[in-house]
Amino acid sequence: MSQPKNPGEASVREVQWAAWMRAGLDGDGEAYRLLLDALAPVLRRIARQGLRQAGAGNAEAEDVVQEVLLAVHLKRHTWMRDQPFSPWLNAIARYKLIDVLRRRGRRGEVPIDDLIEVLPDQSVQAEASPRELEKLVDRLQGREHDIVTAISLEGKSVRDAAAKWSMSEGAVRVALYRGLKRLAQLYRGDEPA
Amino acid sequence: MKTDDLISALAADETPPAPTPRRMLWRAVAGGALAACIAFFVLLGPRPDFMQAIETVRFVFKFVVSLALAASAFVALRRAMRPEMGARPLHAVLLVAPALLIAALVLEMLAVPASDWAARWIGHNWLYCMSFIPILSLAPLALLFFALHRGASTTPVRTGAIAGLLAGGIGAVFYAAHCTDDSPLFVATWYTIAIGFMTGLGALCGARLLRW
Repeated sequence: MSQPKNPGEASVREVQWAAWMRAGLDGDGEAYRLLLDALAPVLRRIARQGLRQAGAGNAEAEDVVQEVLLAVHLKRHTWMRDQPFSPWLNAIARYKLIDVLRRRGRRGEVPIDDLIEVLPDQSVQAEASPRELEKLVDRLQGREHDIVTAISLEGKSVRDAAAKWSMSEGAVRVALYRGLKRLAQLYRGDEPA
Repeated sequence: MKTDDLISALAADETPPAPTPRRMLWRAVAGGALAACIAFFVLLGPRPDFMQAIETVRFVFKFVVSLALAASAFVALRRAMRPEMGARPLHAVLLVAPALLIAALVLEMLAVPASDWAARWIGHNWLYCMSFIPILSLAPLALLFFALHRGASTTPVRTGAIAGLLAGGIGAVFYAAHCTDDSPLFVATWYTIAIGFMTGLGALCGARLLRW
């Protein structure tokens, strides 16, 4: 997954991640795996950038990625389902990156506060995006629209959605993935130049 | 270990996620208040003239300010304990209790002649106050830390300090029912020192216990 070029793409990604995380918390190992797979390259980029800024080289980047993934897993209950996912992920990535740098005794070399300044913080972006997102979601059709709205925007669980439309949970998940995929396509196919 | 292997292992972990930090915090506050209540009745008990005192404004104010402190610290702690809130400034709600206290202090100094200030300030048992507020606050602080330890605060010292403030507030609510010194002059000094001590203790414990 590449660096989001604009807030629209970031918000599609945000919705996708949040949906996978919710499903993962509800016990869906497959969705959870998709999430961790999607996070790894993003975390790798954050780790490399952070290490470079700390003058530490790329050798430890994979350690940082694994530490963050492990922390995401062990602290997954601290993400609040009604909150954006990226700021939570960023905070954990930053904390673990700083932790690794501190442990290697580089604290004297690098002013950690400066590092905190330069590490990406998407909280502002993520909070500004929902309206734009709703517009995109409104262009989905039928059940896909209903399910993406219910689960991704309103934060309902897969189980609730399944009960509401008398579908199996598996069918809801499939519709959700299709809807989110379509959302990403809609966004890319419709660049405002 | 390769990152892909790690991901496979994590995705295969079927342990259900722990309760959310908010739920843990509620439990800790409820348990802490209960523990402080029991300690209060075992060690201190209400002052003998409790029923008459409850009709005086100074006595009631001690509960108002300590409950305001506990409630605002609770709100601030709920925010500080979230990983993504580490970079945000402290919650402004923390200003409520100090503002109440300062207002009461001004009113007291207007209502009481300056010659009486010293007596009201020293009170009868300031040493008692400074010992028992922390004692009543210890169990709440321990329970709060148990909850926070399972969370993911990215600002351990600050989060620990707010937990100390909350524990001190809970302790002060109960101690206020025993204490016969009701003047805001007394409360603003000795209660503040005792609660400040708990805040410092919380910060120290936070630095050690809340890293993950």
